Amino acid sequence: MTIQHDRSIGSDPTAPDGGSGGGGAGVGRRGFLGYVLAGSTLVVGADLSLGAPRAAAAIPSAPQIADLYDLEDLQTDSALATSQLITVTINPDSTANFQLPRMEVGQGIVTSTAMIIAEELGLPVSKVKVTLAPARPELVFNQLTGGSNSTFSTYTPIRVAAALARQQLMDAAAILFGTNADRLIATGGVVRDTLGNQATFGDLAVKAASSVVRAVEVQLRPESEFTVIGKPHNRTDARDAVTGEKKFAMDLDIPNALPTMVCRAPQHRGTPRGLRNRAEILRMPGVTHVAQVETGIAVRAQTFGQCIDAIRAMKVDWNPGPADGESDATILAELRRAELPLVVPKIPVGAKTVETDVVFAFRSSAALEPYCAVADVRPDSATVWAGLKVPILAQQNIALALGMSQDKVKVNVVMGGGSFGHKLFGDHAIEAAQVSRAMGVPVKLMWHRADEPRQGRLHPMCTSRVRATVAGGQVLTFEQRHTSVVTDFSHGLGEILTQTADELPTGLGGLGFSQSIFLLTQQLPYNFGLVTQLLNEVDDRFSTGSMRNIYSPDVAVAAELTVDKLAAAVGSDPVQFRLDFLKDERVRAALRTVAKHGKWGRRLPKGVAQGVAIHKEYKGCTAVLVELDCRPQTVKRDLGPETVTGPRVTKAVIAVDVGLVINPRGLEAQMQGGFMDGLALTLTSSCHLRDGRFLEASWDNYFYTRQWNVPPEVQVHIMESDSRTPGGAGEAAVGTSAAAVACAYARATGTTPSYLPINHGEISFRPKPFIPPVPQSPSNGLQRTN
Amino acid sequence: MPKQTFVLNGRTVTVDVADDVRLLWVLRDLLGVTGPKYGCGINVCKACTSHINGKAFNPCAVPVGKLKADDEVTTIEGLPGTSSGSGLHPMQRAWLENDVSQCGYCQPGQIMAAVALVKRLRREGRALRESDLDGIRNICRCGTYVRIREAIEQGAREMR
Ligand code: FES
Ligand code: FES
Repeated sequence: MTIQHDRSIGSDPTAPDGGSGGGGAGVGRRGFLGYVLAGSTLVVGADLSLGAPRAAAAIPSAPQIADLYDLEDLQTDSALATSQLITVTINPDSTANFQLPRMEVGQGIVTSTAMIIAEELGLPVSKVKVTLAPARPELVFNQLTGGSNSTFSTYTPIRVAAALARQQLMDAAAILFGTNADRLIATGGVVRDTLGNQATFGDLAVKAASSVVRAVEVQLRPESEFTVIGKPHNRTDARDAVTGEKKFAMDLDIPNALPTMVCRAPQHRGTPRGLRNRAEILRMPGVTHVAQVETGIAVRAQTFGQCIDAIRAMKVDWNPGPADGESDATILAELRRAELPLVVPKIPVGAKTVETDVVFAFRSSAALEPYCAVADVRPDSATVWAGLKVPILAQQNIALALGMSQDKVKVNVVMGGGSFGHKLFGDHAIEAAQVSRAMGVPVKLMWHRADEPRQGRLHPMCTSRVRATVAGGQVLTFEQRHTSVVTDFSHGLGEILTQTADELPTGLGGLGFSQSIFLLTQQLPYNFGLVTQLLNEVDDRFSTGSMRNIYSPDVAVAAELTVDKLAAAVGSDPVQFRLDFLKDERVRAALRTVAKHGKWGRRLPKGVAQGVAIHKEYKGCTAVLVELDCRPQTVKRDLGPETVTGPRVTKAVIAVDVGLVINPRGLEAQMQGGFMDGLALTLTSSCHLRDGRFLEASWDNYFYTRQWNVPPEVQVHIMESDSRTPGGAGEAAVGTSAAAVACAYARATGTTPSYLPINHGEISFRPKPFIPPVPQSPSNGLQRTN
Repeated sequence: MPKQTFVLNGRTVTVDVADDVRLLWVLRDLLGVTGPKYGCGINVCKACTSHINGKAFNPCAVPVGKLKADDEVTTIEGLPGTSSGSGLHPMQRAWLENDVSQCGYCQPGQIMAAVALVKRLRREGRALRESDLDGIRNICRCGTYVRIREAIEQGAREMR
């Protein structure tokens, strides 16, 4: 694994260094307004709506909507409607506190936020305590973690608050020492003058405390003086993670919140009619309560093991789910009927037409930590603890479900064990609240692993078709039609759009919400003449959501497979062809980087091939090169039962340009993780629908990337960027990686894949029973030590 | 209710619970030892990996009644106590230096599996191979696999 900073490539040495602001275009040298708040110690605030201004695109030829205004802008602009403060507090012990209105699910935003505050404040990162804010209804949709928007939208406001805190501390010190603030130096939380006077931030914080609220103008630290931002920093919660001290929702010790699970229907989204042996279940060891809720029969016991025993003993009558009788094949037929036509364009005689048609199976967005939430619902109030990316919406929905007013519901956000879009919805928190109310006691609700792929949120099945025409070495047209099972956006992005739609610069108003998200995220970064990318969605019977990067991975795979075909049609090399047609120098630079470090074009044995792909989104871009070994001896590697091997990527080279990098180490981790997702999407992981039921029930059925699939060599190259705003990183590598692997597969086997993942056609496991819905834990663990 | 006795992280513990309750729940739900994580309950994901008498095992697949009074169970919480120096176990330090964790949920299990792997190689008298790393079954849904491999190589060098 290497990490490298390519300083020469892609950066314009003549570009200004961001002047005094560095917060993005328009910040310039002017100051920002912050607030000193009343308190017994120094508390400063900044308006979250100081989000970065939108990028001005300068692409002469018909830009797509996402070129001008993308999902990040939408999320940032919709935050403008609320003017609410985020605050930094300086404590008497010289530490700083900040409550982040976002959720940490492993993406590293707690660390990068601490770094930003440390930078402006002049404190070591270890003295900045960043915690997760509970649901703050007044922030409205400013409290949504998704679309890779977090750092982009919070960067400037957080800097302003921290810079103001520093300014106030320096002013207090100047008064104390009888000097000017600009003669003082602050290091490590101590302010000194040249005469040997010194005071800690803690001492000064009390002196700087204000009894009234004041608005104060503040200058941000020039980017050229950054010492923390842009330097690799390890995660601030790393020690807790490796010692087992990091507490997830299930690890919380809430009085009397006993283990609780739900017996769920065999069919996807089926519902309970009734439990026939309630008395018998209540007599089982450890069981304390049984209650029917909308989603199934809940049981509470002394241990989760006793919940599993009780679920397995339940005799339940079920209603079928809404997709009763449906299977992959019938849903595919439905998608085919809904596909928007590709318009055969008028093309000159002699033009060649290239077509691609790929089906993408359902996939599960479940994290390793299953859905879980603790709820304590009383007659007149409710408290919930859960990993939630949109806590305000969960709070609203819990209030609705309980028939309480929203201010009676307290929602605490807990660090999540991964999200990948799975925790945008509050399904687990709402269910826990309903169960707690039905039982009249606190509950610690956990989904069984088997529940996750069968009843949890899915990435919808879809098709992506492309038709492109080429003549005289030029691409004349490029049409893409994406047809998908409906993606559920009811986690709040929908309300953002309805608030903002009318004012969108490019006139998105009037389009359906999904279509708008699609247009806001898709950017085909090539000069391919007439380009259209359209979405159509049908069938809302499935529990779906925005899995990491929403539409982009599938769209990118179909598009990049087509680009390879176009290159072949004009007799050009795939890398050279892309370099010739890419619009943007940043993307070209990333592609050149992977081609160079991945030794593009080197000789490989038959059955082994390279593949490349690029992707541009979220104000950044990525390029990926892989080498894929599809030789029989590799594909057929036998590593025992429950082990899907298949083709293996032996090398992956990733280049990323996300604009301003806060924490290169965190970015590198996101690139690696995004790669592992893309790899799984193309090669191994999917859900099979049969008769309204999903067959997968655990990680031995749902083949997410495992060590035996991981490339032995992975390089991440972080491009020096001339963009000074921090772009999104959490999703940037997924689509590019999926596409590069798909392109390599086509080149290694001579066959363009038409159904992904490539192993979806065979079911390489024995489906676990549906009744009872959860498997019993094995008892032979002592024979399997090693 | 039967009394279950075993050694947990160096201390003898006794719990009142039925024989067939899997050890993972005894640890997490009754004893409040939450380092071992639940990810499947069927010995597949390896998130609960801990040690029994120095070897890796998965407490989700062991009925507590099968433990003998002198069986030594070590969870991530007890791992530092098994190495000679003070502070963290060398494998945990390697994890920190390589900044392996993302969400962290799988990491206690990953570290316990890594330590047991290195010990097994010592018993077999051979060095770590690429195929040993390929054979690690622990899932990381955040995809930290590359850094896990690097940390194990470092941890193996530093384990004495
Ligand atoms: S929970 Fe024990 S192996 Fe998955
Ligand atoms: S770090 Fe999140 S599952 Fe491994």
